[in-house]
Amino acid sequence: MSAPKLLSANFGSEVSHRLDHYLERGGYDEARRVIAEVEPEQVIDQVKRAKLRGCGGAGFPTGMKWSFIPKGGDKPVYLAVNADEGEPGTFKDKYILTYEPHMLLEGMLICGKAVGCHKAYIYVRGEFDLPIERMEQAVAEAYERGYLGADVMGTGFPFDVVVHRGGGAYICGEETALLESLEGKPGHPRLKPPFPALVGLHGCPTVINNVETLALVPHITRLGADAFLKLGVESQGGTKLYCVSGHVNRPGIFELSPSVTLRALIDDYAGGMRDGAKLKAVIPGGLSAPVLRPDELDTEGSFEGLKQVNSMLGSAGLIVMDESVCMVEAMHTIIQFYAHESCGQCTPCREGTGWMRRIVERILAGHGRAEDTANLDSIARKITGTTICPLGDAAAWPVMGFVEKFRDEFEYFCKNGRSMVSGEKVGA
Amino acid sequence: MAAGDNTTTGETLSAALAAKEVEVTCFPEELREECDALRARYETPRAALMPLLWAFQRRYGYVSREMERVIAEELEIPLIWVRETVTFYTMYNQRPVGSHHVQVCGNLSCTLCGARETIRMIEEELGIAVGETTADGRFTLSVVQCLAACEEAPMMQVNDRYYGRLDRQRVREIFGGLE
Ligand SMILES: Cc1cc2nc3c(=O)[nH]c(=O)nc-3n(C[C@H](O)[C@H](O)[C@H](O)COP(=O)(O)O)c2cc1C
Ligand code: FES
Repeated sequence: MSAPKLLSANFGSEVSHRLDHYLERGGYDEARRVIAEVEPEQVIDQVKRAKLRGCGGAGFPTGMKWSFIPKGGDKPVYLAVNADEGEPGTFKDKYILTYEPHMLLEGMLICGKAVGCHKAYIYVRGEFDLPIERMEQAVAEAYERGYLGADVMGTGFPFDVVVHRGGGAYICGEETALLESLEGKPGHPRLKPPFPALVGLHGCPTVINNVETLALVPHITRLGADAFLKLGVESQGGTKLYCVSGHVNRPGIFELSPSVTLRALIDDYAGGMRDGAKLKAVIPGGLSAPVLRPDELDTEGSFEGLKQVNSMLGSAGLIVMDESVCMVEAMHTIIQFYAHESCGQCTPCREGTGWMRRIVERILAGHGRAEDTANLDSIARKITGTTICPLGDAAAWPVMGFVEKFRDEFEYFCKNGRSMVSGEKVGA
Repeated sequence: MAAGDNTTTGETLSAALAAKEVEVTCFPEELREECDALRARYETPRAALMPLLWAFQRRYGYVSREMERVIAEELEIPLIWVRETVTFYTMYNQRPVGSHHVQVCGNLSCTLCGARETIRMIEEELGIAVGETTADGRFTLSVVQCLAACEEAPMMQVNDRYYGRLDRQRVREIFGGLE
């Protein structure tokens, strides 16, 4: 199962972010060839056959997304690169921005050719100083040497890139909030439809893709769709970056075939449980993904594999918890995040997240009521599907998962006024 | 979201922070070139707002109400557009902050690795509580959401740098090495 390291071979390098280093590795050859020789439809077809799935969270087929962009319209087409990386437990795009900024730019150029786009924005989360610095440096170098600008590599193809710094708001990772933010506004998600492919940035057709998704694109055109698909599983081509954190011996980032099981990820790659502790629970795809029990970890770490256990691969951020963790306390950390980050536009999300937070705080303080566990579940269920954007769902799913799988801990805390795990009340 | 919650707490500014307040009543010439470049780069004046706010914060450490007005006039956009963007995003400081803004992650992966104890320990080391600034105006302490460095939990950001795998000794070294 040793997958080639398409993205991560140079993570940690002192030099891989420089243009010359990228060129020595054959960098920009694919963009040059595709722009000069390949028809847009062929590029889209290849990405479709490669079964590249969006790495931002939803796993949407990238080739299909690109095919929604109208051809030959009179409005400009934009590309918005999602480098907001806000989903707790996720830290992969940071590595690409820092160590392979030119690989991302090359993927963006190929996308530009495929959808007829000549201007791209890279929306980077505001806290990422070093990644932003590296990305800006790469863009400047690429302009200077003709890999970006009015005439990319002498092909006559124009392509401009702007690095845009976010302002610290999780919601701006949601694609339409990101567009609002790029227009200088508060990040309030938009109602869909219309979808950004038709009405996106400044009312123009817009592709929004995650950093990892785009960085994989040059590898698809280089290897060919079939070879790329073979690196993955039937439903999902290529390699995947997994982020593992929490109670493991070697937290970190691992590029693997999505055929890897979660158990292997934890035991073989992340070095197993810290201090030989016993595993209790895993959040498999960033904080929003429903929690899994130890007996559910033999599932394949692909988008489809995680669906089969009623969770999701999401942003592939695995948060591993050992038996010392009180799930009510962990729930509090999770729900305070969503209550803090709800943009406030939709009542169910704005009020529901705060309400659930207050219930969990009451339980932790030892004042839980008999009906609190059921209420958490029912409030969560009433949020799902009733909001403009999926932040509401993202807040509801973990609550539903925790209550379903660790119900006894919630009920014990409510009944006894203290944690089943630590024997104490926490007093949030 | 609790917009601007990093820097709006506290009724009055300590003397040390008040000393960092600056008066800006017209558009600063030194930012003119950058502003023109931003306006050329973005499709609309409003879209150039966020990067222009960043430019002001880099220069002055925060964005005052006065600066908001100056920016609105310069971009020829309504003041409320500037105001709502400044207050929506948590990273724009609406008041001066300590020279070193210590932001400790309190999200799940960090909490699993002891962030709660880390926060208490840093409060002890600095002699202030979360949300406060030291009397000399050097340090402001905040707890923030996941900073996408969970592999180095527990971690914090001090101004533009990330520091991971924190323990008391490392925190002392880090703070000791700052101006
Ligand atoms: C609340 C919320 C936060 C999100 N945060 C991110 C993020 O930080 N990075 C990201 O790439 N996608 C994020 N997404 C997913 C994006 O909306 C979008 O699906 C993605 O950027 C599309 O790119 P992809 O098809 O390449 O995955 C978020 C979605 C929601 C609902
Ligand atoms: S949880 Fe602390 S950096 Fe992600």
